[in-house]
Amino acid sequence: MKTERLKTDILIIGGGTAGCYAALTLAENSDARVLICEKANIKRSGCLAAGVNALNAYITEGRTPKDYVDYARKDADGIVRDDLLYTMSERLNKVTERLEQLGLVILKDENGKYVARGNRNIKINGENIKPILADAVSKLPNVTVLNRVNITDFSVYDNKINGAFGIGIENDTFYVIEANAVIIATGGAAGLYKPNNPGFSRHKMWYPPFNTGAGYAMGIKHGAEMTTFEMRFIALRCKDTIAPTGTLAQGAGAKQINSLGEIYETKYGLTTSERVYGTVMENIEGRGPCYLKTEGISPEKEESLLKAYLNMAPSQTIRWIESGKKPSEQNVEIEGTEPYIVGGHTASGYWVDTKRATTIKGLFAAGDVAGGCPQKYVTGALAEGEIAALSAAEYIAENSGAPIEEREINAHAAEIERFTGENRSRFTAEQLEEAMQTVMDSYAGGIKTNYRFNEKQLELADEQIRRIEALSDGLHADDFQELMYIYELRERLTVCRSVIAHLKARQETRWHSFAENLDYPEKDDKNWRKYVNSRLENGEIRIILRELTEEGQKVYEHCD
Amino acid sequence: MSIAIDREKCVGCGRCREVCPGTLIKIDETGKAYIKYPKDCWGCTSCVKECPVNAVKFYLGADIGGTGSMVHTEKSKGLLRWVIERPDGTVTNIDIDPKESNKY
Repeated sequence: MKTERLKTDILIIGGGTAGCYAALTLAENSDARVLICEKANIKRSGCLAAGVNALNAYITEGRTPKDYVDYARKDADGIVRDDLLYTMSERLNKVTERLEQLGLVILKDENGKYVARGNRNIKINGENIKPILADAVSKLPNVTVLNRVNITDFSVYDNKINGAFGIGIENDTFYVIEANAVIIATGGAAGLYKPNNPGFSRHKMWYPPFNTGAGYAMGIKHGAEMTTFEMRFIALRCKDTIAPTGTLAQGAGAKQINSLGEIYETKYGLTTSERVYGTVMENIEGRGPCYLKTEGISPEKEESLLKAYLNMAPSQTIRWIESGKKPSEQNVEIEGTEPYIVGGHTASGYWVDTKRATTIKGLFAAGDVAGGCPQKYVTGALAEGEIAALSAAEYIAENSGAPIEEREINAHAAEIERFTGENRSRFTAEQLEEAMQTVMDSYAGGIKTNYRFNEKQLELADEQIRRIEALSDGLHADDFQELMYIYELRERLTVCRSVIAHLKARQETRWHSFAENLDYPEKDDKNWRKYVNSRLENGEIRIILRELTEEGQKVYEHCD
Repeated sequence: MSIAIDREKCVGCGRCREVCPGTLIKIDETGKAYIKYPKDCWGCTSCVKECPVNAVKFYLGADIGGTGSMVHTEKSKGLLRWVIERPDGTVTNIDIDPKESNKY
């Protein structure tokens, strides 16, 4: 094993949407030396690898940032941070223009104005959105990108960050990176629950299967305060291909219908969780399967849909072609996915202040890893990348990281040597991942139980996850890629424990499907208009309930 | 759902390996690319679009409704052509103009 020691001013962990934009912002606004560590290759890493169908967060003509804040607050039934939503919303259009300057194709009308899709979306060709961002980053003079380097831990002394540790997946190298500030932009967590198709196509999921919740896990381990992990995200998707439904529903106006042909979406409500819940209920009550009604759409519409899906989720177009029946000839069957933890859609993640500073000094969070600010989508992640970058630049003007101590370096090296040493394990990381997913599916509200759970089940889930966590100590890796799989599994297990604790803590059902607690099936505004936060203390998760910020509040500072 | 790499066509340039978001593609001892972890493919088709010789083909697993068609892309005259070859030999092409926005 080689060891490489690096120093930088600002370390960005994760070169996806938020991370790339943070680097662009830093290059334009500071002289800081920036290092991006990316477990894949920034050209096609993160959520945007295949492309994206539209920009779903934009302030369209006649609307204001406040409208967007109101929309997101309503969709999450109040459990959001207005200051975070507001500071994001006021940047949405600026970052969109920047994307266009970088080369993104955005549909315009004859007057040169962006064409809206509904109230908050604009139409683009997003197939190459990630290569566009990556290309811009690769031209920045002060920014170095380390691809295929997976960060596995922070270095934190006295609640202040000094850098991070990582592994080179393809060069068998142990990295020790000292930094004055760190921006965490690793995305959310997929693969906690058993997926829709657990066999050969187990990774055909909505969220990137390579997003393991590493950022959450590292923060949890070091005692960072986390928020709203109980607000899981379950996407309503095209069955089998798990392709997005927004293009059919909002774009082409297709309604959700049951097998009797009845439109059911209006019966349950139109928030994100209600659309999933309605589909679950129709199936439970014997009116499944459910569909998006596309039969009878015009040939032009059909042609556009076939192309639109190739630009973001090619499997769906291929499915249409292979089945011999295109969307005008057959409705598109829909289903809910397994639950994810993702702060870009719901409000799970780091508890940050308005500047996106976490509760660990010098650590800033942006994108899906940052909590309190749902409905970010692509442009919101860019906006948060910008805010976090500006805050980190301000921070390093007055602060620097401490040198990482040899004792800590040796402990991390020893851990790697233990995992890559003699093979005494009876299990593989893959087997334990499957065990974890089975537990979460059965006892923590997975697909198997129609996303529902009760306290007894959550207690069992916690017990079983701890058992698997203990087994993971003894895993063995033949190479550094397998070593990454061990770390990824352990990250997921850490996140699972927090999810279980949060699901247990919120004793109400505020969001159907997302957090459907059968012991408390009703919404309880009197007691639960609160944030459920948590912090790991001496190996146990301590729940912290916090009062909601005021509507219209512009600034929030960490208070304790 | 995964990819298959045509060994005959592969020129060993390594671009698919470089771009894969899952680090799933490797180069074998003869210098050809192969997918080491076929079950871990997300289906993003980054490698398909990256391949300069159309050697990387994408397919849907039978568990998600696949019937054995193989898909690759070709780039010419500024267009991205998706070529879907069915097992019976029939082919459907869909041309995409990258300068054109989605309409929905």
